[in-house]
Amino acid sequence: MFLLLTAVAIIWVQNLFAVVILSGVYSLLMAGTFTILDAVDVAFTEAAVGAGISTVLLLGVLSLVGQEDRGRRLHTVTPVAIVVLAGLMLIYSVPDMPQFGNSDAPIHNHVAPDYIKDTPNLIGIPNVVTAVLADYRGFDTLGEVTVIFTAGIAVLLLLSGKRRKQR
Amino acid sequence: MNEYLILRVVVKVLIPFILLFALYVQAHGDYGPGGGFQAGVIFASAIILYGIVFGLRKAQTALPPKVVLFFVALGLLLYSSVGVITMLLGGTFLDYSYLAHDSVHGHHYGIILIELGVGITVASVMITIYQSFAGRGTKTSD
Repeated sequence: MFLLLTAVAIIWVQNLFAVVILSGVYSLLMAGTFTILDAVDVAFTEAAVGAGISTVLLLGVLSLVGQEDRGRRLHTVTPVAIVVLAGLMLIYSVPDMPQFGNSDAPIHNHVAPDYIKDTPNLIGIPNVVTAVLADYRGFDTLGEVTVIFTAGIAVLLLLSGKRRKQR
Repeated sequence: MNEYLILRVVVKVLIPFILLFALYVQAHGDYGPGGGFQAGVIFASAIILYGIVFGLRKAQTALPPKVVLFFVALGLLLYSSVGVITMLLGGTFLDYSYLAHDSVHGHHYGIILIELGVGITVASVMITIYQSFAGRGTKTSD
């Protein structure tokens, strides 16, 4: 409910500073939701990245471009229609989803039982999530780290460098 | 620079705890929730908090961009060198069983090492991005 309020507020508010802070609030509420859903790792990440770092980065952008939204106010019907349609389709599909926490759900019957059964014997650590991420799917995680690395290098190339000499 | 006295004091008190929590999440990734990515992000947010409150200049003297850049590469290098080492020890890429005599211990070492690599890279990339954003245009540091 608060999530919905925040999202609507982000659309309505004109001041960009308020928008940035509200999206931080949204991320923090999302982190709370993830905690309720027992996904504490994701909640950590959401709180630190979504509510913390990205808010700071957006504030940094605001200090460059100013706080007021000076763009034209577009009142087109198409985007609203697309959003409403997509939302209706999502809501329509909700009753077909397995109930939350249902152990018969497909996601719990594919590879998860093997992971949970074998992790104590094969790897010997209590946290199965870490075992999946770092061991069973170590190659994926290597790819993710490479993506983050590449992103950092790209930002560095774009934002620093020649700029310094002009001032 | 004496404005925001309360903010400065509170942040100064908080930052060691945030860093400690990041290290805890890093070291306990195999027991509790968390792991390299989360730890790196929390660590970076502590540094960024310092940068916001005390100014980018001070944050950069504490952690020079060149050092951070070195760590960006070091994390990824650590991760992939674990893979290469397991290859040299007779296994396939990232097959941790060969890191120790005991397969279970080998997996444990491997996970700790690569989580460390992930943490180092994530933290330093986040700090790098922040530094290059904040260093642009008018000095945003208060």
